[in-house]
Formats: sequence, structure tokens, C-alpha cells
Amino acid sequence: MSATAVNAHAEDHAHDHGHHHKETFMTKYIFSQDHKMISKQYLITGLIMGAIGIAMSLLFRMQLAWPGESFKVFELLLGDWAPDGVMDPNIYLALVTIHGTIMVFFVLTAGLSGTFSNLLIPLQIGARDMASGFLNMVSYWLFFLSSVIMVISLFLEAGPAAAGWTIYPPLSALPQAQPGSGMGMTLWLVSMAIFIASSLLGSLNYIVTVLNLRTKGMSMTRLPLTIWAFFVTAIIGVVSFPVLLSAALLLIMDRSFGTSFFLSDIFIQGEVLHYQGGSPVLFEHLFWFLGHPEVYIVLLPALGITSEVIATNARKPIFGYRAMVASILAIAFLSTIVWGHHMFVSGMNPFLGSVFTFTTLLIAIPSAVKAFNYITTLWKGNLQMNPAMLFSIGLVSTFITGGLTGIILGDSALDINVHDTYFVVAHFHLVMGISALYGLFAGVYHWFPKMFGKMMNKNLGYAHFWITAVCAYGVFFPMHFVGMAGVPRRYYTNTFFPMFDDLTDVQVVMTVFAIIAGFAQLLFVFNFVRSIFYGPKAPQNPWSSTTLEWTTPVEHIHGNWPGEIPHVHRWAYDYSKTREDGEYVIPGQDFVPQTVPLQENEEELNH
Amino acid sequence: MTALLTIIVLVLVAIAIWQMTKIFELSQVKTEQTEVANDKDNRLNGYLMFGFLVFIYLLTIFSFWKWGSVVLGKPASEHGGQYDNLMFISMALIFFVQIVTQALLHYFAFKYHGKKGKKALFYADNDKLEAIWTIIPVITLAGLILYGLFTWTTLMDIDEEEGDPIIIELYAQQFNWKARYAGADNVLGDANVRLIEIDKNNVIGIDESDPYGQDDVVSQSELHLPVGRKVIFKMRSQDVLHSAYMPHFRAQMNCVPGMITQFSFTPTVTTAEMRADSDMQAKVQHINELRAEGRAKGLDTETWEFDYVLLCNKICGTSHYNMQMKIVVEEEEEFNKWMEAQQTFGEQMASAQ
Repeated sequence: MSATAVNAHAEDHAHDHGHHHKETFMTKYIFSQDHKMISKQYLITGLIMGAIGIAMSLLFRMQLAWPGESFKVFELLLGDWAPDGVMDPNIYLALVTIHGTIMVFFVLTAGLSGTFSNLLIPLQIGARDMASGFLNMVSYWLFFLSSVIMVISLFLEAGPAAAGWTIYPPLSALPQAQPGSGMGMTLWLVSMAIFIASSLLGSLNYIVTVLNLRTKGMSMTRLPLTIWAFFVTAIIGVVSFPVLLSAALLLIMDRSFGTSFFLSDIFIQGEVLHYQGGSPVLFEHLFWFLGHPEVYIVLLPALGITSEVIATNARKPIFGYRAMVASILAIAFLSTIVWGHHMFVSGMNPFLGSVFTFTTLLIAIPSAVKAFNYITTLWKGNLQMNPAMLFSIGLVSTFITGGLTGIILGDSALDINVHDTYFVVAHFHLVMGISALYGLFAGVYHWFPKMFGKMMNKNLGYAHFWITAVCAYGVFFPMHFVGMAGVPRRYYTNTFFPMFDDLTDVQVVMTVFAIIAGFAQLLFVFNFVRSIFYGPKAPQNPWSSTTLEWTTPVEHIHGNWPGEIPHVHRWAYDYSKTREDGEYVIPGQDFVPQTVPLQENEEELNH
Repeated sequence: MTALLTIIVLVLVAIAIWQMTKIFELSQVKTEQTEVANDKDNRLNGYLMFGFLVFIYLLTIFSFWKWGSVVLGKPASEHGGQYDNLMFISMALIFFVQIVTQALLHYFAFKYHGKKGKKALFYADNDKLEAIWTIIPVITLAGLILYGLFTWTTLMDIDEEEGDPIIIELYAQQFNWKARYAGADNVLGDANVRLIEIDKNNVIGIDESDPYGQDDVVSQSELHLPVGRKVIFKMRSQDVLHSAYMPHFRAQMNCVPGMITQFSFTPTVTTAEMRADSDMQAKVQHINELRAEGRAKGLDTETWEFDYVLLCNKICGTSHYNMQMKIVVEEEEEFNKWMEAQQTFGEQMASAQ
């Protein structure tokens, strides 16, 4: 079916709005099939999970800065796992594991991509809703279920999964190996299996919607870069998430049914186990076949949001639209063939290591192109410093800082001595953790008026950004030095190595910054909640943006546009475009919405 | 410390609340608050962007000044020099790019902050510029890739025939290390976890019927290495993944249950020589001052003497943070003397009968 035919049908459908769809509380707020409501559900669930994940990181940062100290807050939150307020080593490992899992999957995959793909894909391509509202609803509720299971696992007596977020077997496979590998790991695997199902349903929906439901005139090369990013992210998700599912299923079989996919020759707790012939390296391959694309599943939506926010607030077209699209595609393709750089010293054939070094360093090229294009977009702009813009500029900054150290880690020879040290932790927190969080915040500040019809307080937004930006560097820049000193990650304490004693003050500095940053997020929470209820009412197009979502009414309606779906006549980036006489295309207005037809004598750029 | 932390937290919360109420008071006065950035906001945040650039630079300088000395220092293996050289080149390159790009980003954010009535430049494309910043990374990266791969392949090309290497097995288990020397024949006897007999003290499962294993020597406390002689490590693990990390030698390899992994290097600096190294002495002295402070507070921090160390660098369970083994690099004669004092596997089994 062609796109136009679908639209024609959708338009017919639109006319009888208001006649049916009697919405009850249940169908409107709980089991909603409306993409705008689902996106809010994703956002709020993601933010709650984020609060849990960040709180955990503060707890283990305190343990690292003041190892073995007794804290009331440990006793309060960890109970029996912190006898007399001193954190137990097992719960330390559990905290880092669940922190990683929650932040990577629940916050930055579902919370970021789930929220903004749902909100923006139909609104920015000019569609009444997702291709399948029902699957979309199912996708959210599976995500919710997996979140609930993950949170429940925190209350198990033996503790939640504690084998690191990468859950390498045999540690994760054998309950004898650590307490967290019992019921905690089972729940982790069940939760993740459901999460993957949710992610797949969501991604398939996004792909179909982008391909089939674009409004008239919205060719692929007129799509805003947000949509390109969400679209390609969804494709990477469909390609790589099933592989993680198979890894999880095989691990479940090894754990529960005595198979030997990942296990061989094991002697533990005084007895030989029957496992024979499996290989943990196979698990590492399967895990990172998802795990590495996952980095870009997290990052690309953030970069898409940034592209849109920077162009809008710079009042300039994004520089090199085609190059940006090409970079997204190149990054997506390369991201699926670089996973081995997590495994240079895993015992994998060193020749494979060479191949992965090559592909890994290649990915620096499209990344560099993106960074330069963002910088050029700022050049000679008229930058409107809204909170979303600040977070976007912050993203480019951390993306560069964190990305550059990737050149060290992606080089198999150099990786030998920094592999699994704090150098890695510093690298990925800056390049994907902080950057993607900035993307999430930029998106919330920018599209809050669209989601809730209210404006967020900008001054609180500024305070939130500046405190967070300073603290993020304060935590993760010094961390590189800890890594260069050879401190391994996931150590409960470094006090058993006198050679690391001179790092205590670095640890304290990082922890203090982390605590300040953690509390600064309360500003955001406060602003968010308060603005939903008491924020000033949003105008229809607060940021003077060109894209279609700002042509819909502020009040949400089912089907997005009250009348016909608008047609599109130009790309999304006609900011500050002038005629030959130097006047703006629409006199007195520095932007031309996508719905405005080409003016007389106006040249459409060949983008 | 807890008190200090509580105070910091309370102060921060108090400041946050104070700021919030202040901001709301301010926002109440102005009725036309649109929450969209105005010229004042643009100017202020533009300046802050510039300030942030200064902050990044100062943080970099401060970190190098304060913590530049905590890094590992002089490498103690033959390939270590080459490794550090590659690291230095890569670091110099990324610092150069970091300084330039952050400057451009934040300076532009400052310089072009918005003003009412200002016109932005409609500048959508420039093929030449884009070609330049695609090609420059391509060339630089090609150089780095070639250099890196050259280093990697020389390192990983482990040839047992060349240069009279000594073969040592590193055996990992929760949560300690054992080392097995191949003995006079320099061939390790067969081993498998299924052959472990704890009561006969065959703790790493050496095959008693394999003649090559009879002269093997298992060390449970220290790893001794002769200086200047190539060592080939064969790694095994009996339970979960571990990683044999010897940072001073720029060496690391995972230990995987069910397979044997390997890594090779030639130690070039003995423990005694490293202790006499001036940088190392400064580091040790500094650390001992800190440890003396700790003792004064009643902590169990004895005076420390430098030793090479083998760490576990792959999460392996509860006591992962304390899975270590002392490495002693010494002259060949001392090594041989130590070796003679050890019991071979054959002798051990005979005495266990």
C-alpha cells in the first residue's frame, strides 16, 4: 500500500473524531494506545528507574571514597547488607551490576528512545498515530513488567544479580560462585527477556511507521534528523537484541537444565561439575553482538535530539544534513561489526583482534564528522540559550571528550593495560552515559511543552545544567588517572593494594562531585513535577520551530491534527533562510515551517 | 567523615531550596515570564559557556599537576617501552584534538549567543569543508591503526621455539593465584580440573601419569621471574573468568575455564632495580607518608615496600578486590636458587603416598 493511500484512509478516519472513542480513565491513562500518552508513560517509568540507578551509584561511590566506613544511609537503605552501616562486598557488586543494567537498558534505551520515538515519530512525520497502537501499548506494558521484576529482584534475601551488567558466565551461571547468581540472576534474565520483547515490538512499530505513514511531501530526505536517528536506532535494535535474547536463553538453560553452552571444566567449592565443552567466550561474543550496538541504540537518539535542538536554537540549518544522515547510517553499520573490541584479551584469536581494531577506529570517522558538523552549526548562529540548547552543547562536549579516549581503548595493543580499569569506566560514562543523559534532558526540556502543554522553568533548568555539567567532568575526568594507575573496576575497596593508596584523594573528589550532581537532579525532578501542574501554559510553537509537531494543537487530541494532516513542502531546517534581497523568506520571521509551500523565486536546496 | 558528608549534603539541600524559593519569588514579579530564553539569558549563558571552557582547561591542568604522578610509571618489560610510546603518541594526539575542538565549541557558543534582531547565517552545506574533516581523521587514524596493529601482532605472536622462553602456567581460582613452572624439561604436564585431589595436595589437577608433569613446580605464594628471559604464560581458571593483570609489565590476559590462554613478555627490570628507581621511590615515600597518617588514626597500614603484583581484573565474586599474587623479578642465579628450594610435583606426590 502506498503512503498516500494510507494517509487518505487516515484522513477519512479523522473526520469522525469526537463521535466515538469514549475514553475512560483506564483507556486514557493506563492502557492507552495513544502514542503521546505512551511516550509519557515511558518517560516517567524511565525517570523513576533513573532515580534508582543514580541513587545506587552514589552509594557505591561513597564506599569507594571512604572504604569500610560506617554510614547511616547504608544501614537505612541496605539493611542486612550493611551490618553496622558498613557495606558488604557482595552488595557492592550487586549495586554496580544493577546500576549498569538500569541505566543502560531501562533509562537510556527505554526511557530515551521509547519516550521520544513514541512522541516524535508520528508527530514529526505527520501521522495520526503509530502503525499499531495496540503493539505500542503492549510494548510499554512489557517494559513496565520487566522494570517491576528488576526492582523486585532488589528485595531478594540473597541479593540481586551481582555478576556485572555483562553477566559473564560462569560467574552468572553458578549459584555457588556468588550469592547474587541464584534467584537474583534468574529474575535478571527473566526481566531482560521481557525487556527485549518490549524493545522489539517498539522497534518494529517505529520502522513500519517511518516507512509507511509519512505525510504527503515528507520524503526520506526531508525527515528531521531526530526521525532518522530513531529509525536507524530501531533497525539496530531489531538486528541485535534477538542475539542477546538467545544468549539469555542459553544461559537460562545452562543454569537450570544442565546444558553446557558456556561452561566447561569447572571445579568449585570442592567439587567438579559435570559441564563439558562449552565456552564463556561464546557468551561474550553473543553478549557484545548486542552490547556494542546497544551503545549506539543509546547514543543515536540523543544525537538526533541534539541535531534538532541545536538547529532550532541556533536559528540555522543543521550543517551538512546529508553528511549527518550518512554518518548515522555509517555508525549504525559499523556498530554491528566492532563488538570484538570488548574482547581483545578474552582469549579470542589475536588475528580477530586486529580486524576489530580496524573496524573500531573506522567508527571514529563518522563520529568526527558529526562533531564537526555540530560545531559548524553553531558558527555564526543566533544562539538561543534555552536549557535544551545548553544540554545539547554539553552533549557535544562530553561526546568529544569521551569519544577521543575511545581511540586508546579501540586499539588492541593499548587496550591490554587499560582494559577493565577505571579508564574504561571514565570513557564510556562520558561518551554514552553522560552524553545520552544530556540528550534525554535536552529532549525533555525541548518537548515538555508538547508533552504536557506547559513550560518548564528556565532558571531551574539553567541551574540544573550548570551544576550537572561541572560535576560530570569533576567525576569522570580525574577517573582517567585512576585507570592509568592500573586500578581495576568492580573492586569493593582498593585498600588491599598499597600501590593505590595515593589515589584516595581522587576518589573523594569524584565522590563529592557525584553526590552534588545527584542532588542537582532533584532540581530537575522538582521542575518537572511542578511544571506539569503549575507551569505556565505553553504557546503552540514556543521555540519557533519548523517541524510538524508544533502545528498540532497544544491540547492533546486523538489523531494529533483536528483537520487534515498537513502536507510538507520543504525540509525541516529552513531557519534564517533569506531571499536574494536579504529579507527572510517570510518577512519578519526567521523560520519557515515545513508546511509552507516554496515561495516565488525561492530555491529549494538540493539536500 | 560521616559527619562531614552529612553536613555537605545538608548544606547543598539547603542551598538548593533557598535558590528555588528565590527563583520563584523572582518569577512571580514578572508576569510576562515566557520561559523562553531572552537576551539576558543568552548573554549570561554565553559567558558561562566561555567560563566552562576555562573550567575544562583548568581541570585538565589541575589533574595533571595533582595526579600526574599516580600513573604507573616506568614499564618493566621489553615491549613496555613500545607500548608506552604508542600510548604517548595517541594521548598527545587526542589532547591536541580535545583542546582545539572544545575551544571551538565553547567559543562559538559564547561568541554567537543570541540577540534580538540578529540574523543567523543560512549555511547548510560545504562539500569541501566536509571532505577535509573526513579525510584528516582518515589519514591520522590510518597511521594509528598501522602502528597499533604492528605492536599488537608482534606482541601476540607467541613463538615457543624462539629465544629460550621459560614456560609458566598461571592458575586462577576464587580468590587466589597459583603459578606452575614447567621444570627442567620446560614442558608443562597435562592437567585438568577433574584430576584435582585436594587431600593429596594436587590442587591444580596435574595428571600424575604424565611424565612431563613430574618435574613441574607449583608455587602458591609468589611468582618468581628471571630478568631478561622471555616468559610464556599459559593461563587456566578452575571456576569463573579471571583476568591476569600485571600492570607494571603492560600485560593482561583473561583466564577462561575450559581453555588455555597465553601471553608473553620479557621482564627487564628486577624488583630491586625498580625499588631504586627515583620516581618509584618518590611514589613509595608519598604513599608511606599517607600510611603513617593512617596508622596515627589507628588503621592497620604498615609501611609499604614496592613489589610487582599480579591482580585479578575480571569480576569473579565476593573477594575479587583482594585476589593478588606478589611477583618477584630477580637475577637468573637468584631465580635458580629459589627454584631449587621448591618441591617438584613428583616429590610432592611421593611424600603424599
